[in-house]
Amino acid sequence: MILQVENPVVEVHDLTVAYQKKPVLWSIDFTLPAGNIIGIIGPNGAGKSTLLKAIMGIIPLASGQIRLWNFPIKDVRKRVSYVPQRESVDWDFPASVKEVVLMGRYPKLSLFQRPTKKDHEIVKQCLAQVEMLEYENRQIGQLSGGQQQRVFLARALAQEAELYFMDEPFAGVDMASEAAIIKLLHQMRAQGKTIVVVHHDLQTAYEYFDWILLINQRLIASGPKEKIFTPELLQATYGGKLTTLTKIGELLKKKSFSSRKDG
Amino acid sequence: MWSAVIEFITFREPNIRFVVLGSIFMGISAALVGSFAYLRKQALVGDTVSHSVLPGICIAFLCIGTKNTPILLLGAFIAGWLSLLAVDWLIHQTKIKPDSANAVALSTFFGLGVFLLTIIQHTGNAAQTGLDKFIFGNAAALLKNDVWLFLGLALCTIVLVSIFFKHFALLSFDRQFAVSIGYPVKALEVLLTSLTVIAIVCGIQAMGVVLVASLLIAPAVAARFWCYNLKKMLVVACSIGALGGYVGAFISYLAPAMPSGPWIVVALFFIALASFIGAPQKGIWARFRLGQNNKRRVQEENILKYIYSAQEDGLIKEYTITPQCLAELRNNKTLEAIEPYKRLCRKNLAIQKGSAYQLTSKGIEYAKRMVKVHRLWELYLAHYLHLPPDHVHEDAESIEHIITPEIEKQLIQLLDNPSTDPHGKDIPY
Repeated sequence: MILQVENPVVEVHDLTVAYQKKPVLWSIDFTLPAGNIIGIIGPNGAGKSTLLKAIMGIIPLASGQIRLWNFPIKDVRKRVSYVPQRESVDWDFPASVKEVVLMGRYPKLSLFQRPTKKDHEIVKQCLAQVEMLEYENRQIGQLSGGQQQRVFLARALAQEAELYFMDEPFAGVDMASEAAIIKLLHQMRAQGKTIVVVHHDLQTAYEYFDWILLINQRLIASGPKEKIFTPELLQATYGGKLTTLTKIGELLKKKSFSSRKDG
Repeated sequence: MWSAVIEFITFREPNIRFVVLGSIFMGISAALVGSFAYLRKQALVGDTVSHSVLPGICIAFLCIGTKNTPILLLGAFIAGWLSLLAVDWLIHQTKIKPDSANAVALSTFFGLGVFLLTIIQHTGNAAQTGLDKFIFGNAAALLKNDVWLFLGLALCTIVLVSIFFKHFALLSFDRQFAVSIGYPVKALEVLLTSLTVIAIVCGIQAMGVVLVASLLIAPAVAARFWCYNLKKMLVVACSIGALGGYVGAFISYLAPAMPSGPWIVVALFFIALASFIGAPQKGIWARFRLGQNNKRRVQEENILKYIYSAQEDGLIKEYTITPQCLAELRNNKTLEAIEPYKRLCRKNLAIQKGSAYQLTSKGIEYAKRMVKVHRLWELYLAHYLHLPPDHVHEDAESIEHIITPEIEKQLIQLLDNPSTDPHGKDIPY
């Protein structure tokens, strides 16, 4: 059940990603429509975050091709925003909430340029949008998990992009933050933005997303949520990894054998 | 002795000026790049590079046969970079973990360096005297031309870090995001690493290869205790580094026979120690005081609350009781100590009446709130954690002291303005 769309925002073609020769994503192939909130769903270790990192060019591809609006990522970075997993950074870093959000303006600044008054205003607006304005001078280390997540989202907003990739924004956040994030996603969709969210909780997935991608090392389904949420497809996703696929992967790693051109 | 000190402080001799200036700038540039290494959790890298430059110096000397500083430093720079490449290679090609890979590279390179140094010392080449100064450092041995070189390199480092400040800050905080916005992360990492190697290479003359890593990391560690902002942290770290450099130059001048590296390290150690202890909020002393204050507050709040309850139960009149009576009533000997009562008096929460103490109206208000949040918390536990009424009191005894007005409001809302606690007692509003 893999539905393709016309004029896709994201087009992933035959993507394979490997860590130390061991493929963690096998031949992923899909297209995503614009203006939707899209969920990438799958169990732990399914390769959801890996998929986002591959799309953003953070990790190398073993094979395949990724195009955004039919361009390679390096040509359209200014139109794309990436929200890493909250745990991927050290929140003890000496910075305030405001300073982290200001980083979202960095792509717009040239080497010698300092943030302007306008940049600071945008930072304030973005903080207000995630209901964090009152914390602007707080040390990031003093925030709760949900607040930290909202700071990351504010930074993404400050990028003023059209396409957003968010890695587990709902992981470990309190109810107030979760509600604030959902509200924000809806606002963004209303502005015509496309948001791709990695999510592991099946309970809430149906409620949150318009379009759903089911993955577990391979792509199981991609389409509008009504068509994707079937017992068969969910069973295929959560029913465990394919034994043979896993075995072959281990073998490739052990024999240091390159499955694709990665070398 | 004193004349030497005065001579040093007044910079009367031009030579002193150079040595001091060179040492200070060395300290600044090392602290600057060291701060980024520290924030990127690469403190070990400094150690690896500094130990690994020794064979580079020796090989450079063996090639040219004289002590030409720029050439020796070039050798050091190359060896430093090679050691990092070796670490990288070990991590990626073998299953060795990063800490072990650093240890392997460090010891191998340093061993090779000492080996070469011994060979050089036995060649009988007169030019080699002083080469062993590179092990523990001697700031006074800085020559005028060397100082210009170090000064130039240090200034370059400071200028480059200022230009790429945004980039380095983002790289240190969130590398993935830096990649995602298209920063040339690999190139930036090479630049930052090169600056680190240069800072180390500049530092070995004064610090020696064994100790120069501390000039990178100690200022950053100390500064982190005082600062919550990256720019401020860098400024403080650089000041500490400059101070370290100054101390080194000073000692070298007073006692030329003594290696300056250890002195600088000892000076940095005391600065770092003072920071661990004395820094506001994060320092040991501040945390100790916070703990003490909390303990006192808990004592005071408990007394207020106990007096309030005793009045509520009709055991006392007009909120007045002696410490002995209260201790007996609560079956708690510690309540006999009168210091907490005295503190309550000083805060106008109670007044002394003979040997007894009476709550003021302000004290009654305070006590009432304590009882209120205690009972609200009990109710919350009973409701939301499904604890039986006889299990909630102990927990509330400690939690009541940290409930903020904000949480208090939330509790009242969640519990829908409750009137009684799980034991059936009224919640005072």
